[in-house]
Amino acid sequence: MSLANYVLRRVVVTIPVLLGVTAITFSLLHVAPGDPIDVVTGFQNVDDDVEASLRAEYGLDRPVWEQYLVWVADVLTLEFGESPVTGRDVGATIAERLPYTLLLGGSAWLLSLLIGIPAGVVAAVKRGEPADEVSRIAALAGIATPNFWLGLVLLLVFGVHLGWFRVIPPDAPLLSLEMLWFMLLPTITLGTASAALVMRLLRSSMLRELNEGYVRTARAKGLRERTVIWKHVLRNSLIAVVTVAGLQITLLVDGAVVVEQVFSWPGMGRLLVDAIGRRDFPVVQASVLLIGVTVVVANLLVDITYSYLDPRIRYDR
Amino acid sequence: MALLEVEDLVVQFYTEDGTVRAVDGISYEIDRGETVALVGESGAGKSVTCLSLLRLLERPGEIVSGEIRFDGRDVLGLSDEELRDLRGNEIAMVFQDPSAALNPVYTVGEQIAEAIRAHEDVTDETARRRAIDLLERVEIPDAASRYSEYPHEFSGGMQQRVVIAMALSCEPDLLVCDEPTTALDVTIEAGILELLEDLAAEFDTAIQLVSHDLGVVAGLCDRVQVMYAGEIVERAPTEELYYDPKHPYTVGLMASIPRIGDDRDELPTIPGSMPDLVDVPTGCRFHPRCPYAEEACRLRAPSLVDVETGVPADEPAPNDHLAACHEYTDDLVDGLDYEVVVEDGGGLE
Ligand SMILES: Nc1ncnc2c1ncn2[C@@H]1O[C@H](COP(=O)(O)OP(=O)(O)OP(=O)(O)O)[C@@H](O)[C@H]1O
Ligand SMILES: [Mg+2]
Repeated sequence: MSLANYVLRRVVVTIPVLLGVTAITFSLLHVAPGDPIDVVTGFQNVDDDVEASLRAEYGLDRPVWEQYLVWVADVLTLEFGESPVTGRDVGATIAERLPYTLLLGGSAWLLSLLIGIPAGVVAAVKRGEPADEVSRIAALAGIATPNFWLGLVLLLVFGVHLGWFRVIPPDAPLLSLEMLWFMLLPTITLGTASAALVMRLLRSSMLRELNEGYVRTARAKGLRERTVIWKHVLRNSLIAVVTVAGLQITLLVDGAVVVEQVFSWPGMGRLLVDAIGRRDFPVVQASVLLIGVTVVVANLLVDITYSYLDPRIRYDR
Repeated sequence: MALLEVEDLVVQFYTEDGTVRAVDGISYEIDRGETVALVGESGAGKSVTCLSLLRLLERPGEIVSGEIRFDGRDVLGLSDEELRDLRGNEIAMVFQDPSAALNPVYTVGEQIAEAIRAHEDVTDETARRRAIDLLERVEIPDAASRYSEYPHEFSGGMQQRVVIAMALSCEPDLLVCDEPTTALDVTIEAGILELLEDLAAEFDTAIQLVSHDLGVVAGLCDRVQVMYAGEIVERAPTEELYYDPKHPYTVGLMASIPRIGDDRDELPTIPGSMPDLVDVPTGCRFHPRCPYAEEACRLRAPSLVDVETGVPADEPAPNDHLAACHEYTDDLVDGLDYEVVVEDGGGLE
């Protein structure tokens, strides 16, 4: 089977999963304590008439399955309705916040690969030597440090004491130099643990692969050691790492919730936390849905990368 | 000057149980175009010897002393760059398990073309065309389209053909084959051996063929060297070794080959097993298993001598018959006592 066929099949299989995500997201709020009407009415006792008309307005009087279908139909057209708390369009609110999270998460992810992969390769090749020991200790520290603490320390040292960074984001467009400079600390905060994980994982899978027969064949052919490692061994070792790197995307979303608070970063994480606090159901629903979809898409990308790296996978079944 | 000269090669592995002397002072040579077999039981040090030739040993293994000269050059003294130039280009290797020897994530064609590009300044297209050519030479049908297939799409026998194509890609002077058919089905074995024989003749390549199966060796090799516990215990032209084995270990090995028309239910095996290489027996290493062992065997290690004269040969000719047994220096009281029975077509009991 060609790679294109494989990708197509994976995409098709993803559709029911996405439907499942919408169903779970939708039902979450219906099993969660608290009635949306209370929020609208500001937790005051109101007339039954008023309440009934409010319910009708938000469609809360209709059967659950009908509410679900209406909601899915809206979601498919990217219509998330209006927040009963702020009165603003939910889609617009998210569109405002999403780029911040994507940029921060994306750069943290990139950082984790840019540091984790070379460090993992070096640690495996220099096994038992000082470089390996140093990276092992660094990785342990990286994994063990809670990211909110790391963020606070970085802010304190480089923001408050040294004054190299602002403590809150500058009032500048997202893609301005100022903003990107500010983003450095949150990126490090968010990317450190992932980098450490990728590094350790790659190291152990490289050590396994280095014992494989094809490595000896590659050397016996007279290839440069560089080619043996970076072409032959790395590609096989990455197969194990891709799964984790993909799942890291999910972790980065989680981490963003905390890190965005620490750095006052106006992304999805803070939006979600605020919305939960205010019982802003449509916003919570849309945010959770988005996170769910991100996870599904990340998994899809993992599968595709996986099959690109390892041709044997494409031929299964 | 022989193409390959190995002198007093010693290889050790440093393990938790102690230092393993996997190869203990072996010397031999291979001439241009010659086909030499290395036989012996599992653990005798055959693979380690092969890997040493290309300095492919990895930790915890190490070449401790000795010399390897190829075409007059000191292999152990080569720089990394010179070594890279030797590997694949002048000495190439075929490994035991072809499915492990090929990288699963690259096409077989790429793996052959890569070997060509590593040694010659050719365009990608030329390398590709030559790789296809090689696939045809090793009789892989539909070579052009199979070029872009992956190893797992090939059968074991076809994979080994690919490995052979890869090994021959730069027309090496010496092909080291470490049990090239052991991992394969017996029905495929003959085809691979025949291919090796034809190609070696065509490319005028010398072959060092490792096997623990004397039967495999018979058809292919000019000479045989028998290894036991890290040492060469006998060497002779193939036919002479078959009809007139001189070392009791070789006799034991021969008796355990099944032959056509053989109606024995169970083949005799040599009693006991190879000694632990951390703590080798005193004297002759084979004496604990040797039916003819005497006091002298326990005390002194025999040296490899000419079986006629009893004199160690410093520079043995290809046709010399040498064995490491006290019998040939007249140090045994009772002597060896076995009979070689040659049946029609050459058999032995
Ligand atoms: N990686 C290793 N670590 C420790 N000892 C090793 C290692 N590789 C080989 N040895 C030692 O070297 C000895 C010779 O091994 P070698 O692989 O050369 O045997 P062989 O003659 O090729 O046997 P086989 O027929 O099983 O392939 C073994 O008995 C083993 O004790
Ligand atoms: Mg072996």
